[in-house]
Amino acid sequence: MLEPVRESARTGKPIEWVRVNDLPDFVYFNHSIHVAKGVGCTTCHGPVAEMPLTWKGQSLYMGWCLDCHRHPEPFLRKDKSEVFNPFWHPASDQSGVGASYKSERNIQVNVNCSACHR
Amino acid sequence: METQNQDAKHWQSLEELDPEARETLKKVISDKISPFFVSRREFMEWMGGVAAVLGSSACTRQPTEKIVPYVNAPEYVVPGQALFFATASQFAGQTQGLLVESHMGRPTKIEGNPGHPGSLGATDIFAQASVIELYDPDRLQSPTFKGVISSWGAFQKNMAEVRAEQATKGGAGLRIVSESVSSPTLAAQMKAVLERYPKAQWITYDSVSNSNSRNGAEALFGEVLDPVYAFDKADVIVSFDNDFLSPGFGGVRYTKDFSKRRKADNRNRLYVIESSPTLAGASADHRWGLKTAGVLRRLYALASAVGVSGVSVPSGEADLHKWADIVARDLKRAGRRGLVLAGQNLPANAHSVAYAINSVLGSEAVSFVNPTTESTKNTLAGLAKEMAAGAVDALIILGGNPAYSAPADVPFAENLSKVKFTASLSMINDESAKGCVWALPATHYLEQWSDVRAYDGSVAIVQPLIAPLYASKSKHEMASMLLGRDAESSYDSVRNFWKTQKSGDFETFWKKSVHDGVVSGTSGAVKRPAVKRAVTGTPPEGASSGWDVVFRPDPTIWDGSYNNNPWLQELPKPLTKTTWENAVFLSKASADKLGAKDGDVLEVTVGEAKVKGPTWIWAGHPDDSVTLHLGYGRTATGRVGTGYGFDLRPIRNSKEPWLATGASVRKTGKRQEVACTQNHGLMEGRDIVRSATVDAYKKDPKAAKGHHPPKREVPSSIPAQGGRPFGDQEEYAWGMAINLSSCTGCNACVVSCQSENNISTVGKGEVLKGRELHWLRVDRYYEGSAESPESHFQPVPCMHCETAPCEVVCPVGATTHSPEGLNEMTYNRCVGTKYCSNNCPYKVRRFNFYHYADVDTPVLKLQRNPDVTIRSRGVMEKCTYCVQRISAVRIDAKKDNRKIKDGEIKTACQTACPADAIVFGNIKDVNSEVSKWKATPLNYGLLEEINTRPRTTYLAKLTNPNPELVTATPAASGHHHDGGH
Repeated sequence: MLEPVRESARTGKPIEWVRVNDLPDFVYFNHSIHVAKGVGCTTCHGPVAEMPLTWKGQSLYMGWCLDCHRHPEPFLRKDKSEVFNPFWHPASDQSGVGASYKSERNIQVNVNCSACHR
Repeated sequence: METQNQDAKHWQSLEELDPEARETLKKVISDKISPFFVSRREFMEWMGGVAAVLGSSACTRQPTEKIVPYVNAPEYVVPGQALFFATASQFAGQTQGLLVESHMGRPTKIEGNPGHPGSLGATDIFAQASVIELYDPDRLQSPTFKGVISSWGAFQKNMAEVRAEQATKGGAGLRIVSESVSSPTLAAQMKAVLERYPKAQWITYDSVSNSNSRNGAEALFGEVLDPVYAFDKADVIVSFDNDFLSPGFGGVRYTKDFSKRRKADNRNRLYVIESSPTLAGASADHRWGLKTAGVLRRLYALASAVGVSGVSVPSGEADLHKWADIVARDLKRAGRRGLVLAGQNLPANAHSVAYAINSVLGSEAVSFVNPTTESTKNTLAGLAKEMAAGAVDALIILGGNPAYSAPADVPFAENLSKVKFTASLSMINDESAKGCVWALPATHYLEQWSDVRAYDGSVAIVQPLIAPLYASKSKHEMASMLLGRDAESSYDSVRNFWKTQKSGDFETFWKKSVHDGVVSGTSGAVKRPAVKRAVTGTPPEGASSGWDVVFRPDPTIWDGSYNNNPWLQELPKPLTKTTWENAVFLSKASADKLGAKDGDVLEVTVGEAKVKGPTWIWAGHPDDSVTLHLGYGRTATGRVGTGYGFDLRPIRNSKEPWLATGASVRKTGKRQEVACTQNHGLMEGRDIVRSATVDAYKKDPKAAKGHHPPKREVPSSIPAQGGRPFGDQEEYAWGMAINLSSCTGCNACVVSCQSENNISTVGKGEVLKGRELHWLRVDRYYEGSAESPESHFQPVPCMHCETAPCEVVCPVGATTHSPEGLNEMTYNRCVGTKYCSNNCPYKVRRFNFYHYADVDTPVLKLQRNPDVTIRSRGVMEKCTYCVQRISAVRIDAKKDNRKIKDGEIKTACQTACPADAIVFGNIKDVNSEVSKWKATPLNYGLLEEINTRPRTTYLAKLTNPNPELVTATPAASGHHHDGGH
């Protein structure tokens, strides 16, 4: 299965990946701040560990983005290991821990246009 | 013309002073923005059609995009994160250390290197705009032989034959032409070439040279030296035609130092006597526009009044000497903190006189260094003669464009065909390249290794940001080829040179020098030489008869080197606000004498030769004199520069390259429209720029507030400045302050903004319709008489009003307010009603009428800033306070769980500004720099009486006139007493 990767390393020719999670060009998304504040990979990318061939896990519509920007609590994870955990499930008292992560990490709700459009 | 508007102290264009013209102007403006009359039914029918079109195109998928990652990722490259590398640019004698922003290996934005003495973090327009030159689609992309595409291999073969032939005769037929060389490596290489071919000649030719100031130093001190000025140490400055605030030798650093002395507590005083209006003149406390003869007479009169021994005293009017006595008194009071300068257009003995005055004063504001550029005494005129006589076998042009810039009496271009082997190294297929057998593509400075000396002698290493885009070579590689070392790279040449200069651990030295962008310990030894010889020369007696023709490099495209640069072509010339072409600039009185109005084509005759160009009236220009700018009327350039302006070559000569006297000027009856941005921002009858003298300010700090209309009643429902709902809950409230005392009007901010924010140019035709897209403009206002006005500059970005009038009229919510106080523009919501622009009192919103951005030419894509949307047709766009920079810093701070530090966010206009006139930051933090500026009594908001609560505010301008000149001779500041009439 990894033959294309080995092939690429051997020949120096990059693999051409098809972009599945493609935001329009007028949207600016920064991964690092989401990771730093505890938003995990699968929250946006879907259950990638269970995808034989990657599909788009979420609509990536603006309304979907804003849902989380307004109420991030259900999606905030404990620490880095959880952020990168593809099998993460919300904690049993997710709304409670989510709220505490939100205040501990000083997460401000940013829903003004220029947060993503500029 | 003596009376000003009753309601305005300041005026902006000459039409405003003339009631009749004023009416015409009003009509023109209202025509330009005539409302879009349409009945409701028509509107509905039209909208129905639009809805049908929109309906059919909705819900489309985006085209499939591929991700192509590195197989072996280079160090530190993270997609989406910019890297900065130190390098340096050299242009027009000005060297600036730079930090260049690179996105995934593409240089996109130029910033100044704070560690470099010629920059201190700031840049000029040329450095800012140089990045677009790299991606110019019109660049030469491969060597051509007699106009046919060839290869470097073929050239090197031909070159080897030339070398073999010249080796037999010591290089007697070999000639190399270049501009003066500021690279120590290239100078050493040229020396090696001349050692190899002792009979060869190296000719340096600069279209704008500093030979007069050098020769003046040699005449006075007995050695060839370059002056270095310290404007921060000068209390009183008298400049004779020296525009030290414009790009040129040390211009950025000089502006930095000068602007430090524009504050109330240690304000300097500047007198400027000039034959053509300049930025220095516009910043002056006293300015006189005189014909060149009058400028020289004042210089000699001042020298004699200061007490320079042996100087010839101009005979004549009492007024002249009375003036000289007053200025000399002021200079002597300043003593060691006085400074006199002469411009490069004045003859060498005028420079001697200026240096001699400084010596008498014991000025600490001037010192000297060994020449910072290498030049030779061989002249282009001599070379042209040799070429005509068939004495030249091989001619190599290393940069510069002598075939275009040589004056009429130097038949260089005409004789190129008499030389068997000719080769020109240039970026564009220009006149010199076209005239040569071989046209060779040159590397851009961002593609090559080199080194370059700054105005004070310090050296910076030029480091490439990108591999050459095309099959191009550098001057170093050309020099190596002359030595038969075809394979030697610029990297090797530069390193090999520095290995000979440094002992000890070379790699450590090299890494540090490349990293810092400046080689430590290279700034020139400062000299304060004693006057060894008496000053020579005599001032001209009386005024020259007939018309003077004053030649100057163009303020934005210089000698034509930047002719194909769209940013600089569309950049309004700082004082005239004209774009895209040169014109015949003259005073109102002179134009009236000819019966000419703006746009009437004039014919300027010098001897037998004539040139024609459109009239443009320039307030403050001396009478009976015209100013013409170089760089236009090109016969060989790229697509951007073709077809604009007229060439001055026929009427220039090499003996007096900057002045022709006894000329005649006449009206031809034809018309040519000039694209000027001046009246688009007209703000009638309002106190827009406020100013006061330092003395008045010290007596009453509110003096500069001026007599502006009273504020309208504020309804209690509107919160106070900075209060709810804008900012109470937030940590940050962004604001900007602009100091009008510091601003010199140089326009570096405008180009920096253009580069940072992917702002398109629109072309001359669209500028004529008022559709230029600059997010930041610099308005220029005049005060006083049309003959000798005081000039003020006012950079106008978006005001980010707390109660923004644009927001409430947008029917689709495309412009909104952020909690931190930004007035945001969301392009993908905008449907282009333009209501916001109509309702903006500051006219800072720009509408994209056509799809001005070229998104098809592949090479242009490389330049764009990936952090800013490329706007399409039909949307409004405007200043965002560089929201992408705010966002980047905010994310960094949030990741570290800390607050954003003051000064951590710098807008593009702020970083470029050589005068430190712009400050940006958090106005909620009382200790931030911007809060401190806003807390001074000079702070005011533009049109604040209409309660827009602008976040961008201005510090009123302070002037420091000499009381003796103001009270003793009120006319002295306004009329020409000598030379002018």
